[in-house]
Order: sequence, then C-alpha cells, then structure tokens
Amino acid sequence: MSAEIKEREPLFSAKNIKLLKNPLNFENPITVQVLGICSALAVTAKLEPAVVMSISVVFVAAISNVVISLLRNGIPPRIRIIVQLVVIASMVILVDQVLKAFVYDVSKQLSVFVGLIITNCIIMGRLEAFAMANKPWPSFLDGIGNGLGYGAILIIIAFFRELLGSGTIYGYHVVPESFFELGYKNNGLMILPPMALIVVGVIIWVQRYYTRELIEKN
Amino acid sequence: MQEIFNIFIKSIFIDNMVFAYFLGMCSYLAVSKTVKTSVGLGAAVVFVLGITVPVDYLLNEYVLKPGALYWIDASFADVDLSFLSFILFIAIIASMVQLVEMIVEKFSPALYSSLGIFLPLIAVNCAILGGSLFMQEREYQSLAQATSFGLGSGVGWFLAIVGIAAIREKIRYSDVPAPLRGLGITFIITGLMGIAFMSFLGIKL
Repeated sequence: MSAEIKEREPLFSAKNIKLLKNPLNFENPITVQVLGICSALAVTAKLEPAVVMSISVVFVAAISNVVISLLRNGIPPRIRIIVQLVVIASMVILVDQVLKAFVYDVSKQLSVFVGLIITNCIIMGRLEAFAMANKPWPSFLDGIGNGLGYGAILIIIAFFRELLGSGTIYGYHVVPESFFELGYKNNGLMILPPMALIVVGVIIWVQRYYTRELIEKN
Repeated sequence: MQEIFNIFIKSIFIDNMVFAYFLGMCSYLAVSKTVKTSVGLGAAVVFVLGITVPVDYLLNEYVLKPGALYWIDASFADVDLSFLSFILFIAIIASMVQLVEMIVEKFSPALYSSLGIFLPLIAVNCAILGGSLFMQEREYQSLAQATSFGLGSGVGWFLAIVGIAAIREKIRYSDVPAPLRGLGITFIITGLMGIAFMSFLGIKL
C-alpha cells in the first residue's frame, strides 16, 4: 500500500496508529492519566447524554489540537495558557451552539457540563503535552485518540448505570417484563451520582488486573 | 438573610461540588495525598471561588444577560451576549488565579512551594468555572446570594478534599488488592463518601 508514498511518512504509519490506539488502554486519559474526570461523570446516568458528550469532546480535542499545533511556533511561551484557553473556549462555544440548535433536550440535560469541556484537563493536558511540540496531523490523531479513550470510559459507565439503574439501553427497554414479575427491581442507587465513581473504581480494577504494568507501588 | 444562609448550607452539603457534580476531580485526586497540602489547596479554592463567583455575577448581570446592557443606553435593550459567557468567565477566572498566585507567593512562600504546580491549575479546575456556570444557570437574585453560593461551594470542596486526604493517609497501612491500589480505591472511597453525603438530601431548606 505504501509503495508510492514511501518517501513521506504514510498517514497511518505504525507510529501514528499508536497515537490513536494508546489512549484507549495504556494511556487512557481517565483511568491512567487521571485527566478530565471532572466534567464527565455527571452525564453518565444515561447513554444518550454520554454519547453526545463523548462526540463533543472528541471534536473539541481534535480541532483545538490541530489549531494549537498550527500556531505552535507563533505562540510566545508566557501567554500560551491564555491562547490555549481562548482556542478551546471558541470550539466549545461552537459545540454548545450546535447542540442547542439540533439536540435541545440533550443540551438541557448536559447543562453546564458542555461549558465545562473548557476546563476539561484532557484537552488542556494534550495541548500542553502534545500539540505544542508536534505537527498538525499527529496532533489531530492524538486528539481523536484521547477523545475516544475518554468517550469509551464514559460509554462503558453509562451502559452499566443505565442498564442496572433504569433497565434500558439508549432509552429502549431491554430487561424483559417477566423479570419484573419475578421480583427483579431496577437498582435506583445506580442513578445516583456516587455510583459513577464506584463504577470507575471497578473499571480501573479490572483494567489493572489485566494490564499489570499499570499497578501503583503504593 | 435566612435565604443567604440557606444557600450557603445547601451548597456545602447538598449540592457538594465533588460528590454531587464531580467538579474539580483532577486536583482532588492529585493533591489529596497528604492533609497538609490539601488544606492549602482547599483554602485557595474557597478564596478563588469566593471572588470569581461574585465578579462573574456582576459581569453576567450587567453585560451578558439578555437586555443587560440597558444601563448604557435604551437602544441596547435587546442585545443578548450570553453566548460569550464561557470565554469571559474563563478570562476572569484566569486573571483572578494569577492574582491569588502572586499573593500566596508573597505572603506564604512555604505554602507556595508545597502547592507547586497546582496553584496555576486552579484556573482549569472545573469547580471554579462550574461555580460560575451554576450561578448563571440557577439565576441567583442578588450579589449576596451569589457570594454565599461561591463561598459555600468552596467550603464544600475544602471539606471533601481534606476528608479524602485524611482517609488516604490512613489507608496506606491497609492491605488493598494490588490492581485497586492508589487510584482505584480512591475512586471507590469517594463514591462511599458521596453516598454518606447523600443523607443530607433529606434536609429541606
């Protein structure tokens, strides 16, 4: 495949694929880098807002990574934080207006959490750690990868909370009626905010059980 | 007066920033290893929230709200700048944090060196921006209400981080399953603390 573009680095070289794949497990923004937990967990009681939130974060992370990467040689180091915040904030305003126009109900559910993407540490963290030092295309992949790694965790959490808490997936009832007749009950506790934290704790537990090198040494 | 006090109590216990809205989790997890540093960071957050929320309230009231520019000229009555609120709030917050950093560096170098990198990070602490955005969404009626909400949220965050730091200091002596050590167990404890804090939901204010 790469015969004709051998001189240039192919768009999906092994290194670039790694940028995309690593955040999904070894460098997962939530469970390993501990970034961006802030604005996220409150939207995971149901799948729909979690999916919308993930898409928004992927978009903001990718685009602001590219923008900062393009500007990286022109930004004086002293004021870089402000520049980064302005770029992120403009992207978030864009996302917020689009959400308000097309999916108003979800945008109401997400309430302040769309705005909080601005202070989502993943985005700032990736801009600072990656986009300031790399070319636009790897930065784009890095943004997508980190956004996806973040979204994956959000969606896993939301899946379990919605399934166990309301017996639905994406609004469709999946637990059959006969279960309820036998005395099965939805676990109302799963809807409450603290359970999101416990589910994250369990996800970290499972992940580190299988990826031993991530275990902390106390 | 009573209402102001109610908002204060409510924002500490019932609408706790950490346990009810997961705001400020990054620094909450990163700085909660010892009680001493967490007290410092907690105090800085109380201070910054106590300043930024009222300032952003004034900004929202006199510049951003639909019709807020009426005080300049009657012809501005239908100008709605609320889409600019994210960018202006974050600008106010960033400059306030810079100010706090300078003050702390001047008057308490020991605290400054122990907080290290986390003081500038308050600017991107979601609890701070979250405070301003909740203030805007809940439409508080007066400057006093906004201030008491800001201070209350800060105190709630302070309580949460000092609590988890104290627990983490003790848990170092416990035999936690290896994959759960560190981050995992901290999440689970935070969840349990959150469930404990939910008992305050019964209080009607």
